[in-house]
Formats: sequence, structure tokens, C-alpha cells
Amino acid sequence: MGSSGVARLQGLFAVYKPPGLKWLHLRETVELQLLKGLNAGKPRAPEQRVRFLLGPVEGSEEKKLTLTATSVPTLTTHRLMRGPAFTSLKIGVGHRLDVQASGVLVLGVGHGCRLLTYMYHAHLTKDYTVRGLLGKATDDFCEDGRLVEKTIYGHVTREKLDRILAVIQGSHQKALVTYSNLDLKSQEAYEMAVQGTIRPMNKSPMLITGIRCLYFAPPEFLIEVQCMHETQQQLRKLVHEIGLELKTTAVCMQVRRTRDGLFTLDDALLRTQWNLHSIQDAIQTAAPRVAAELERNLRRQEYIADQTAKTQVREREGTHRTQQSHKTDSLNRGPKTKKDQAEKCRRGD
Amino acid sequence: MLALNFLQSFCLSLPGTGITGYFKKKMALIAQQIPRWFHTIKLSSFIKAAQLIKHSVWPGKILLNGVSAQALLPSDNCFLQWGFKTFRTSSSWTSSQSAKSSRQESSSPTQSSLLPSMSEQSEKIPSFHSELPLEELDDLPSVSPLQQISEEEAIQIIAHPPLPPASFTLGDYVDHSETLQKLVHLGVDLSKIEKHPDAANLLLRLDFEKDIKQILLFLKDLGLEDNQLGTFLTKNYAIFSEDLENLKIRVAYLQSKNFSKANITQMVSNAPFLLNFSVERLDNRLGFFQQELELSVKKTRDLVVRLPRLLTGSLEPVKENLKVYRLELGFKRNEIQHMITRIPKMLTANKKKLTETFDYVHNVMSIPHHVIVKFPQVFNTRLFKVKERHLFLTYLGRAQYDPAKPNYISLDKLVSIPDEVFCKEIAKASVKDFEKFLKTL
Repeated sequence: MGSSGVARLQGLFAVYKPPGLKWLHLRETVELQLLKGLNAGKPRAPEQRVRFLLGPVEGSEEKKLTLTATSVPTLTTHRLMRGPAFTSLKIGVGHRLDVQASGVLVLGVGHGCRLLTYMYHAHLTKDYTVRGLLGKATDDFCEDGRLVEKTIYGHVTREKLDRILAVIQGSHQKALVTYSNLDLKSQEAYEMAVQGTIRPMNKSPMLITGIRCLYFAPPEFLIEVQCMHETQQQLRKLVHEIGLELKTTAVCMQVRRTRDGLFTLDDALLRTQWNLHSIQDAIQTAAPRVAAELERNLRRQEYIADQTAKTQVREREGTHRTQQSHKTDSLNRGPKTKKDQAEKCRRGD
Repeated sequence: MLALNFLQSFCLSLPGTGITGYFKKKMALIAQQIPRWFHTIKLSSFIKAAQLIKHSVWPGKILLNGVSAQALLPSDNCFLQWGFKTFRTSSSWTSSQSAKSSRQESSSPTQSSLLPSMSEQSEKIPSFHSELPLEELDDLPSVSPLQQISEEEAIQIIAHPPLPPASFTLGDYVDHSETLQKLVHLGVDLSKIEKHPDAANLLLRLDFEKDIKQILLFLKDLGLEDNQLGTFLTKNYAIFSEDLENLKIRVAYLQSKNFSKANITQMVSNAPFLLNFSVERLDNRLGFFQQELELSVKKTRDLVVRLPRLLTGSLEPVKENLKVYRLELGFKRNEIQHMITRIPKMLTANKKKLTETFDYVHNVMSIPHHVIVKFPQVFNTRLFKVKERHLFLTYLGRAQYDPAKPNYISLDKLVSIPDEVFCKEIAKASVKDFEKFLKTL
């Protein structure tokens, strides 16, 4: 039971992190619960070992002694002698969430920790819902921070907010293309841009691929942000900056991640479901999707590597051709016209 | 003096013996018992050998992690002089064979010394041993290994691999020690005990029939069930070093204070270290609770029966918690008394969690003191549970905690019932809705 339990416990799954819980505590709680489940399996049958014992020969009248091999029960492998079968598990955490943020948190168990690295290098976008409150400014952009300023917000309308969000999205769109290091002059890059799948595949500052307002009832508003390479504090700063653009101030009340790569809220497990069986089922359900996504991203990365290699080759070839032409000119000191040739013969070379 | 040094290190490993005055008494008790142990090991033999020659004892010892060897150095010599006899090169042992010839040796490999296992020490011991046999080898007839022997005698030479002299686990010795096997069958978790090297040494040296059986019979007389004995002994292995008379005196003291037999059984099973405390200490503790809480004798008794670890644990957190309730949270004396008689665990709760829970319940949920006093269970629940359920009820518009108004929800119904019942009866929503709501927090 234990061995098959651990065999099914390899892969990625998503957990809903509640606000106020540190991600490290969450990881330790999940580890404890999994260990509890694994150690609760039925105990092993008592083992035996072979001993050579002295005893009388069977079927003989004399008192002859001989050594016979017998199975004797042994207690060395008893559960009370060896302790619990599982004492630790390798559990990795994907993109972290800070204490006040909540939402989907991807964890990897066993061999799934390797998949976490692949998912990181796939540079997928994440979805957040950010709740803001107009009229206040605090030092750490949170509602319970030290108050710095209070402003009026009566002049703020939905249209103004939408306009500002569109401006933000536009500026980040340009940055996306810049940081992606793709030569837009190529056909393939153009097609990717048309489809909207251009994004940087290495380190870059926070980039917003999409932002829109879901709900506006002053002083509260709710925006949905699709971004990559972000931290939650940067999202809170974004709310503050939106407030400044609207000529008022705003603080962030809630940052909640609704999607991390391909794990959505539906895949996330709640606190009551942090046990062995639910996690095993979640891993099994997510496994094919994860494999497909990584496959796709692997192909994309190969394609991009191909692209960059091609552009480099083209550049190198270009310089080489110009160099080649110079070389042939210098070598070709032979007569270019008949007149020269005649001149050459006349000179007697 | 030598014995006291050894006892000092042994006592340090015993949990629950923090007070120096008590520890001196403890050392005196153990000092009385040492001659008894010496005696048992001297006479105990696993083989009914016709000739009780000298037992060759393999110096088995348990590795100590981080225990200072300095204190034990003087005691080594006294044990060595006494405990170890001949050291034979061919150490063979039989489980229950009769000794045919003088060549056969019987070793009791489970006897181990209480020596520290610094590596320098382990080198010292064999050298010490090699000095001893020089005198005693003269007694035995000299046998040449090239001498011809009969087939029968050849079969009876049993050369098992010797037991390791030092080990970090009791698993190496369990198959050769009846004491350990019987303890495992009782349910004692030896994997936890072997983490305390002094305790492991103690258990190896004790004989089941002589020492352990009496204590077990005493515990059964107290009323502990067979299946409870395992967990009890796992926690309180030190009870084997207690004197039986002292234990009986302590039980008699508790009975004199009008604790019924069932009460004493319950107390001992919930707080295994209770009987390790002297009568004086128990008296002081009971007196402290009676004075501090200003409860009647009967109520103090009930409190202690429900939470016996008040008697065995430290008193500082209790004093601090009482101050917190009175000064920081602002409860009156009779309110505190009422809450504590309902939920004794409040006395030993974590101060930070108490203040956080109270802050949320009083300031965010706006529940006044007199209502909290009626339902002290709220201090016993996790804060996230209270928060989640309160936010769900607020979202549904059912967060009504004032007893005077209609649709009142009492705090105990809020915290003490499982999720399904809460959703169905209090919130009047399905569990799925509750889960969806939790994912929006």
C-alpha cells in the first residue's frame, strides 16, 4: 500500500493558498498530511529469517544432533523497531505567493519537482484578480499599512479607468515584443505576433499581457490582470499607480491568483482536501495536460532557438559575402579588358 | 561519587525532572537501585549452564549522541572492574544449549554498559579487556585449535557473528533480548526510545521478570488497560527506574486527596509522568492551582482530572495566561473561573493565538465579553476556521451573534460543529457553495 501510494505521488498539483498563511507553512502542512496518509497503510507482515539450529535428526533413534535450517520470526523489521516507513517527502513549490495574497499555488511532489523547473522555463502567464480601494494611500500599498494620504475620488468614472488600463496594456505590449528578442522582420515572428503569442522566454521585468476592469463601484474596483514575471507587491504598486493616474489615490485590498499556467481555480485543492487521496487524484488528472503543455513549449523553445540561430547565421553570411567580394577583387589583378591584355603582351610578361 | 556522576547524566536525559532539589532525591533513589541492578546482571544468565564459569561479556554499549562523556569517565572504570569478566577471542553464544565442554562459552550479549561511545573510549575498552584475561586464562585448560574433535562436538561449535559492541539502534539487539521482545509485543515504540541513549541502555540491562514485571503489574493494578501500556511506556520509560514503594506512596497520597480510582487511572494515562513526581511536588502543584484560581476543592479536583498535564507541565505559561486574561483581554475573575472549568485547555494555550482569536472575535465580529464567556470553545479552535465561517455568514447576511435579536447564531454552533452540519443547518447552503466561497477569499 505504501509503495504504490508513493508511486502515484509523483507530479504536479495545485493548492488554494488562503490569505494569511505563509507558503512555507503550507508546504510543511501538505508534507505532514501526505506522510500521515502514507504511514497509515496496513503494517507489513512479520518477517522471518533463516537460522541454523541444533536439533535431533528426524527419523533416527539415536540422539544425534544436526543443524537444520529453520525460519525464525525476527523483530528487527517490526514497525515499532524501525519507526515509520516514510519520514520525509520531496515537495517543491512553484511560483510563490506572499502572506497576504491568496490563490492557486502549484506544488510538485517527487519527480514532479523536475517538471516545476520546466514549467518555470516555459514562462507561462498568470491571471490575478486585484481589488482596489480609492481614496487612501499607504506606505506598503496595502489597506492596513501606515496611512500617508487621503483624497477625494468623486471625479473617477468607469471610462477614465478603462482608458488608463488600455494605456497600460499598450505600453506593456510594446515591451513584450522588445524583451522577446525576436526579429519581427521574419515571417514566422510576424505570424506569432498576429496570433498574439509573443512573449519573452528569459528574464524580464513584470509584463502585463492583458488588463481590464471587472467591477467598478467607487470607492471599490476590481481589475483582472494577466501578467508574467511579476510579484504580488508589484501588483499592489500597480493599483497605487492607477490611483495616481486617476488623479486620486488607491490601495490594494486583495490580490488573488486565479490561474497559474494551466492550473485554474477548479484544479486548486482547498484545505480540507489536503490529504493523500485527493492529492493523488489531482496529480493523475493534471498529468496529461502538463505533459501536453511542456511538449508544446519545448517545440516553441526549439523553434525560437532555431530562429535566433538563423538570424545569426544570416548576419555572419552577410559579412562573409562582403569580405569574399573584397578578396576576389584584390586577387583578380589579371587584365580586365582586351586592351589591358594586349598591353600585357606588349610588355612581354 | 562515581555513581553520582553517572546518575547526573542519566537524570539529565529524563524528561520532567527540571528542579534541582527534586533531582538530588532522584539521584539518591537511583543510587539505592544500582546495587540491585548490579545484582541482577551478575546473576542473570541466559543459559542454564552446568558450570557457571565466567561469563564472557561482549561490551555492548549504545552510541550517545551529544552526551558529554566527561561526566561518565570515572564511572567507566567501576563498571569495567565489576561488569566485565573474561574476554575470549572466540566468542560464541548459544541460545539454549547446554554447555558440553569447557571450550563452549556462554555470553550474555544483551548486557551493555552505560559507557559513552566516543571513539577514543571504544579503543580504550578492548585494551582494558586484554589485560584482564591474562590472569584468568590460567584457570582454564589450554586447548589448541589444531586438536582433533569428533563430528558431534564440531556441530556444536556455534560461531554466530558477534553482536555489535556499540550501536545506534536497538534493532541489533532485539532478537537476542527477551526483554526487548516482550516490550515490542506490549506495544512500546522502541524506535522512539532508542533516540534517548540512556533509556535504551537502561532497557537493555533490565530483566523482564525481575524489574519490569513488577512495574507492569503495578500499572495494571492502577487500572491501565493492556493496549494503553504501550503508549504509556513509550513516553515514560523512566518509570522503570522508580522505586515501587515510592510509586505506591504517591498513589496513596492521591487517594487521600479524594481522587477516585477511575480518576487516578485517567490522570495517569493522560499524563504519563504524573507518578514520577514526588508527593511534595504534587502537593505544591495542587496547592498552586487551588490558590491561583481560587476554586473550591472539588472543582480543582475536576480540573486536574480533566487536564492532568497541568500537574506535570511548567507553571510559567499558566501564570502568564492568567495575567493575559485578566489584564489584556479584560475578563473578570469569576468569568475566568467559569471559562476554565468549562475548557481547562485555555490555561496552557499559546498566548499569541489567544490574543489573535480574541482580537478577531471581539473587534471584528463585535461580540461582547459576556457572550464570549458563555462559549469559551472559541478559544480552543483554529482562527482560520472562525474567520472563514464568519465571512461566509456575513456574505449570506446571516451573521447575527446578538442573543436578543432573531436568527441568532451561537458561538459554539459556529465553531464546534463539522463543516457539513454547519453548512446545512446554520448557513442553510450547500457545502459546494461554501467551497466556492472559500476560493474567493
